Amino acid sequence: MSAYSVTEPSKTSKWAAALLVTLYTVITLLPLVWIISTSFKTGPDSISYPPKVFFDPTVEGYVNLFTTRTRPAVSELEALPPPEGLMEEIARRQGTIITGPSRFGERFMNSVIIGFGSTALSIILGTLAAYAFSRFKVPLKDDLLFFILSTRMMPPIAVAIPIYLMYRELGLSDTHLGMILLYTAVNISLAVWLLKGFIDEIPREYEEAALIDGYTRFQAFRKVVLPQAATGIASTAIFCLIFAWNEYAFAVLLTSGNAQTAPPFIPTIIGVGGQDWPAVAAGATLFLLPVMIFTILLRKHLLRGITFGAVRK
Amino acid sequence: MAEIVIRNLRKEFGAFTAVKGSSFTIRDGEFFMLLGPSGCGKTTTLRMIAGLELPTSGEILIDGEDVSQRPASQRDIAMVFQMFALYPHMNVRKNIAYPLVSQGVPKPEVQRKVAEVAKILRIDHMLDKPVGGLSGGDRQRVALGRAIVRNPKAFMMDEPLGALDAEFREIMAEELRALHDRMHATTVYVTHDQLEAMQMGDKIVVMNHGVVEQFGTPQDIYDHPATLFVADFIGSPAMNFLRFDGTAAAGSEIVTLGDTLIPLPQLQEPASGQLVLGVRPEHVALSDSAPFKGRIEATEYLGTTQIVTLSTPFGLVKARTPSTTPAKAGDLTGLHLNAPRLALFDATTGRAFRTAANAGVHHG
Repeated sequence: MSAYSVTEPSKTSKWAAALLVTLYTVITLLPLVWIISTSFKTGPDSISYPPKVFFDPTVEGYVNLFTTRTRPAVSELEALPPPEGLMEEIARRQGTIITGPSRFGERFMNSVIIGFGSTALSIILGTLAAYAFSRFKVPLKDDLLFFILSTRMMPPIAVAIPIYLMYRELGLSDTHLGMILLYTAVNISLAVWLLKGFIDEIPREYEEAALIDGYTRFQAFRKVVLPQAATGIASTAIFCLIFAWNEYAFAVLLTSGNAQTAPPFIPTIIGVGGQDWPAVAAGATLFLLPVMIFTILLRKHLLRGITFGAVRK
Repeated sequence: MAEIVIRNLRKEFGAFTAVKGSSFTIRDGEFFMLLGPSGCGKTTTLRMIAGLELPTSGEILIDGEDVSQRPASQRDIAMVFQMFALYPHMNVRKNIAYPLVSQGVPKPEVQRKVAEVAKILRIDHMLDKPVGGLSGGDRQRVALGRAIVRNPKAFMMDEPLGALDAEFREIMAEELRALHDRMHATTVYVTHDQLEAMQMGDKIVVMNHGVVEQFGTPQDIYDHPATLFVADFIGSPAMNFLRFDGTAAAGSEIVTLGDTLIPLPQLQEPASGQLVLGVRPEHVALSDSAPFKGRIEATEYLGTTQIVTLSTPFGLVKARTPSTTPAKAGDLTGLHLNAPRLALFDATTGRAFRTAANAGVHHG
């Protein structure tokens, strides 16, 4: 007699599932692989047809990403002293000399400051607001919650001009603070709604026990509620960071020199000295890393967070 | 330890009144039960004493001090929750130590007290375990440990045995009572289980729809229920109610059911209209010579006793008789009601008439 189970899926459906998941993974990862491999190609390799799957890897793209270069006449180039350092050598191989650093490092740091800054602010404000909505009698609670959600309903482009004018008056355009506030304003609705769900799931008895054990309401919140909401906070933080990190429309309209983030900067690389696809790909690859690392660090929480409350223990 | 006095305590949630003016006193060192069906206001009362809800009006005095508007953290009481509410991110030791940490007790002192409490509760071998993996009984002990470690003025317990399975409940009920006898701590205990209340309590308050129905010792409440609700709620099987229309003057020692005269404790006030005669099953004896007749409908054998269900012109009556008493379904027999233990109620108000038997009983 063969084992028979009502809940165990059949072998065929397991295979079908495995095939679908594999296919989906390939489709999702292909662009990533393409970008990362392009970043290690030389200029000619990057545009060769048919595309090269196997090639001699080089860090030309990365050197070009972080530097500005000029292309002197061949005779001039030969008259120069031998190159100092790896970067110079790689530039020289392409027939260029490095004239200075590019602005990518700066833009990347802007992204880090604005992305993580607005995520932190959204989480702090969101957690406090979500706790209040979850635990206290707030007048017009439902209306307020809906109002908070409604701020997400309009596409960024629709409010971009009013915000641009407002920021100009307030002296916030093209500042880090301005971008942090703007991304926080967008993310806060997501944070409040997600976190309220998580905090609702934490039984009140824990705080009540702490209150009776002699702690104040805020101590109970910090010592008892927060550790248990860690899962929710982690997954909310990832969602907030992903938005703030990838945001393009506001960034392109509201920033130019000082506070420009990486997304509007990367496309401008194309224009510097011809279509330098390896440099663009290198920028994109580096740009992917922080969110990827952040997500991998918090992935345990993220998985638990997404399924939180689905199954009662 | 402390005495707790409740005066005209009232709690409204919007249009709903959960507690309608309760008054009672919990003496120092008493094991005090708040008993009633769900939604009767017993938990709300407990939470008001603990400081988790603020009363709409009324007073709560702990040791003579009015604490009714004070936050929980300033009342110096401990609480054991139904779901235990152990802090899930801390191990057993930290859970028990947590109330001491808030008071700023020095570390060596905390360690000493935690060890002492753990020993009393026999959980000293699991102090470093996370609370997640503990059995129901052990969680209960940790919750108790967290409550007693601080030596508070009083303990609040909200159905602490409700989450345990039947077998554990027995053991924990005994342990709780033994712990109380050892510590003599004023304890307020909420339960909907009348057996638990009778078994463990020194005093019981029976609540229903936010009203205190009766307040007294388990014996008083069982023997002399103040209202029809209490009579029905306490005891299993419940008290039998024989409904009839009649009149009886103050000083009378007899009521007339149909054409049968039934003796009862001397009435101290006149009774008339729709009346209910209450008799516990153990005070009904089967006797062919008794004038009040009934037909046997069914018998339930319970070992030493049996429950005999009889139909009478005034409703069904259950009698608890020795299992040796012959009883066969279909037979007609006489019912002898034990006069000194009968109660007479007003069917419309539900109140018990004052008689020689229940004169001293505290009415809610």
